[in-house]
Parts: sequence; structure tokens; C-alpha cells
Amino acid sequence: MDITVNILLTIATAATPLLIAAIGELVVERSGVLNLGVEGMMIMGAVGGFGAGYLTGSPWLGLLAAIIMGALFSLLFAVMTLSLATNQVATGLSLTLLGLGLSGMMGTSFVGQPGVRLPNLDIPGLSSIPVVGKLLFGQDPVFYISIALTAAVMWFLFKTRTGLTLRSIGDSHTSAHALGIKVIRYRYLAVIFGGACAGLAGGHLSLVYTPQWVENMSAGRGWIALALVVFASWRPWRVLAGAYIFGAVWIGQLHAQAFGIPVPSQVLSSLPYLATVVVLVLISRNKRLTMMNTPASLGQPFVPDR
Amino acid sequence: MMRLELVKRPQRSALFSMLSPFIAFALTIIAGAVLFALLGVNPLNAFKIYFVEPISQVWQLHELAIKAAPLILIAVGLSVCYKANIWNIGAEGQFIFGAIFGSAIPVLFPQFEGPLVLPLMLLLGMVGGAAYAAIPAFLKTRFSTNEILTSLMLVYVAQLFLDWLVRGPWRDPQGHGFPQTIQFGDSAVLPELMPDAGRANWGFVFALVAAVLVWILMGRMLKGFEVRVLGSSPRAGRFAGFGLNRMVFFAFLLSGALAGLAGISEVSGAIGQLQPVISPGYGFTAIIVAFLGRLNPLGIIGAGLVLALTYLGGEAVQSALGISDKVARVFQGMLLFFVLGCDTLIHYRIRLIGLALTKQEPAAKIEAAPKLKEAR
Repeated sequence: MDITVNILLTIATAATPLLIAAIGELVVERSGVLNLGVEGMMIMGAVGGFGAGYLTGSPWLGLLAAIIMGALFSLLFAVMTLSLATNQVATGLSLTLLGLGLSGMMGTSFVGQPGVRLPNLDIPGLSSIPVVGKLLFGQDPVFYISIALTAAVMWFLFKTRTGLTLRSIGDSHTSAHALGIKVIRYRYLAVIFGGACAGLAGGHLSLVYTPQWVENMSAGRGWIALALVVFASWRPWRVLAGAYIFGAVWIGQLHAQAFGIPVPSQVLSSLPYLATVVVLVLISRNKRLTMMNTPASLGQPFVPDR
Repeated sequence: MMRLELVKRPQRSALFSMLSPFIAFALTIIAGAVLFALLGVNPLNAFKIYFVEPISQVWQLHELAIKAAPLILIAVGLSVCYKANIWNIGAEGQFIFGAIFGSAIPVLFPQFEGPLVLPLMLLLGMVGGAAYAAIPAFLKTRFSTNEILTSLMLVYVAQLFLDWLVRGPWRDPQGHGFPQTIQFGDSAVLPELMPDAGRANWGFVFALVAAVLVWILMGRMLKGFEVRVLGSSPRAGRFAGFGLNRMVFFAFLLSGALAGLAGISEVSGAIGQLQPVISPGYGFTAIIVAFLGRLNPLGIIGAGLVLALTYLGGEAVQSALGISDKVARVFQGMLLFFVLGCDTLIHYRIRLIGLALTKQEPAAKIEAAPKLKEAR
């Protein structure tokens, strides 16, 4: 029983950064912008979070720094693609490349240093309920944030007027513009929200998941988050489900390696990446489902005419 | 409040089309100076070490060619993809599979020698790269799966596969347990061009030849026209009878083959054996090379040399000033950013609009007046 609970706990920890980054990117893509820089924003959040936590000794300040770092870094992307109408795919890629380089340089002196870990939030009383207590009420704070964030984004996108406006921009920026909606302003806010989420996800990696700084520690999670958004056909609750499936794959291969299953460790390590490909194929086979849900103006630059 | 406004040019500006890489490079230098100053280094001194000293002697130019060769080879292939609006970003994986396929001959049949070995290796390298690139192409054409994500995911898989090979079945039994294959025999090593002057090998010649061939293909042949038409307007391409699916395969197989050739040339020329890591991110840096070269094969030759210099410079400042060689990655990332930003100038004029300015010239702004009010 204890082992099951522990495995479930680690799955939640592995799923949390994927969920947060993917939820952020979902909002960005719903506004019609494709930001391929998730991996770069995430790793910048990770290095910023670790650095601030390490220098101040406060993991909470670290988490805050991670969020700010991600948001600031995404601003770079926003200025390029929204104000200068650059190609979103290429700009997103360059954000990732720059993020990986910059974080490596900033983190040189952090390598091998002991980090600070965000303490678990045990809700007194409730967390001592057997089995469920630990799972639902004894996790790290970011876990609760991730769940609340998913619910909030769901409510925002589908139950508020602003959310409706955001989705309409994603489906047709020309029509939205003709109606007098400030397309570029909405998109700026969406991109920065996505950056803050990716930064928070990175902060979770370096302050909760493995409280230390390792170069390239995001290990493709930003890309998996991007795939999750497609997999979820742009629906928040499906992102939640997808993130936990991938968390399970990630943890499953780690446990399999630890148990010494007679399969090369490299094969197991490649499972999350192969699973991403398989899942993408399965979901995109259904063309109607994908066509219906993809924001129609996704990835297209928009220059307001005068 | 100031804001930017983009005004579409009636036609693309030939001037900025030529100037933009140079403006981008200048901006990178300025940003780099700020970066060095922040790191507490005299920027002028750092630039001398970064950009001048690594290419001040003949043998160093050879090192530059060694680094530039894979970048040019890969970027030339990618330029065809990106022109066709097909996003292969998994060249790093195709590079690795080219290296693995080509290395199969010297690793598995070390006793096989003679003049046939090298051509076979290069051919197998191209086959390996193309085969690995065929996976995302197949998934895109058959299931319309996004090629960006699949080609990238396959990079991680390729890295892990190479790691497994050199630690497992292909490990040199006499290698004292080091994760590497046997040293390639003499007939499996790509010869140096001018052994007396430096280490540069035939890989650089392959890169130049590939660039010229693709330049002819893109500018002088129907296939190149097809690439451009399908890239700018798939609908128009369909009316002209060009198949999008065939184009996806063509672009992926071509770029995969060139990346594979780069991989086997690197292993056979510069390294001489397979190791767990055989590339300092050439496949990703080549994306920058492709854009800096304006997706033009001849421009890519120049861009490849510039990016190769950023690698050498990174190593130089690390040993001379104790700055992390990650500074090279930062330079490369900034360069791409500025190139993309400057490219906007080709299609648009940029106007800074302040409120004071718009008030002074109401006559010219009658049309735009309602819009401006709204912006406030």
C-alpha cells in the first residue's frame, strides 16, 4: 500500500511541471499564437528559481523569481512575433536555443551547489487520513497551484466574456480586429501568462522535483508540454489527464530502471519521447477532431491594418 | 505612449534583404559587448579573443572549416525544408543516425579495407540520415502528425540509441571500458585536404559542393520552383499539379541525407570513432545558419563560417578569460533573434508613433483617426 502511495506521489510530482507548462501554452495557443519556446522559458525559470533560492535561502522567493524569469523571457518572444510580426515557429525555436545557452551560462557557478527545497504543505488533520490524505493534502505547494490553475483556466476560457474574446481572437484575428478587439494586446497578455507558467514549471523542477541545478535539466519537458496541448485538442481537462499519463510514463521508466529490468536503460529513458510520438500520431489520425479544435489562426502573424 | 506600427511595403525591399544579416550581426556585437561588460570583462579585449585570435593562423582556419562543414551541410538541407514551409528541426538526430549507419562498416567489418570503404560509408551515412528523416515525413503525410514535435522527439531517441550502442554492442573490447568504438582503420578515415597546413578534411568540400548543387536546384530547376510555390501558397501549388505529400518526402529525405552525410563525415574525419556524444548541437545551430544565410545555399556558406567562429570563439574565451563556453550558445541564439527581427524590415517599414507626432499632422491622418483614438 505504502509503495503504491509513494509511486502515485512521485507521478504527481513528475506530472506537475508538464501540466503547468502545458496549461500556459494552451492559453497562448487559444489566442492564436504558437510559442515553441516553452523549453527555453522553462529552463530559464529553473535557473532563475534555483539561483534566487540559493542566494536568498528562501524557496518561495525562488519560485517567484522563476515565474518572473519565464514571463520576462516570453516578453522577448512577444515583442518579436507580435510587434515585429516575425515567423512564430522560427522565433520560438530561437527562444529555446537562447534559453538553453543563457541558462547554461548563468548556472555555471550553481553546478553542484546544494539547493533549497520547497517544503510540502501538510494540511493538518486531513493529511493524516490513510492513503488519500497524503495524496490530496500532503503535497508540495506547486501541486495545488497546478490544479487550481487548471480549474481557473477552464473557468476563464469557457465561462467568462474575456475568455470568449480570447478564443475568438485565436479563431479569426481579422474578424476580432474588425469588431474592435485589441488583438495584439490580448496576445501579449496570453504570451506573458504562458511564459510565467513555463517559468513556474521550471521553478518546480529546480526547487521541488530535484532541488539542484543541472544543465539542460528540463530534458525535453517543454517540448512534451507542447505535444500535450495538441494531444488534449486544446482542452484544459484533457491536458490534466495527459500530463498525468506522461508523469506515469516518466516515473514508470525510472522505477523499471531501478528494479533492474533486463532492458537497456537507454530504451527505458527514450520511452517518454517515443510515447509522445505515438500519442501525437493517435490523436492526429482523427483529422476531424483535430481540425475542429485547432485555433484557426494558430501560428499566423497578424499586422493590424490601419 | 509610444507604439510600433508596421507598414507593409508594396514589394520586398532588396536593400534590406541584403543588409539584414549584417545589421543583425552588428546588433549581436553590441548586445555581446553589454554581455561581456556585465561579466566584468573588457568587451574590446574579449572580442579580440573571441572573433580575431581564433582565425589568425592558417591551422586555425582549418579548424574553422572543420566546424563549418557540418553546419553548412545540414543548413543547406534545412533551407529547402523551410522554403517549402516544412519544419524539420530534428537534423541533430539525422546527423547521429548518419554517423551510426556509416560507422557500421569500420566497426563491424574492420578487416574490410581498400578504396571502396569510404564511398560506401558516406553512402550509408546519407541513407541513415534520410531513413531517420523519413519517419516524421511518413507520419506527417500519412497521419498529418505535426513534424516539428515528432522530428524533435526523435533527436532524444537517437542520442539515447547512440549512447546504448557505444556502451553496449559496439564498445571497443580493448577500450578499457571506455564508452567508445574501435578507432577506424586507415581506409575508413576521411583524408585531410592539406595535411601539412592543418586538419581540415574533405567534409568541407562536400559542404561547398552540396551548397552549389542545391543552389542550382533551387534557382534553375523546376523542383526548386515547386518548393517555393508550395512553401508560399500550397493552394496555388495544388492547382499547378504539385503534390504536397511528395514535397514533404523530398524535403525531409534531402535534408536527412545531407545531415547524415555531415554525421558520417564528422565521425570519419574529425573524431575517428563513435562516442556517446558526437555533436556539440550542430543540428540545432544549423537552424540558425539556415536563417542567417537567408535560406540561400550560397549565403549559408558565409553564415556557416560565422557560426563556426562562434564555436571557436567560445572555446577561446573559456580558456583565456575563464568564461563558460556556453557564451557561444548565447551568441548564436542572439544572432538568430536579431536576424528574424531584421527580416521584418524586408517586408515592412517600421514607424514609431508617439501621440505628439500624430496630433501635429491631422490632415494626413484623417483615415487613421478613429483607429488612433481607440489605441489610446
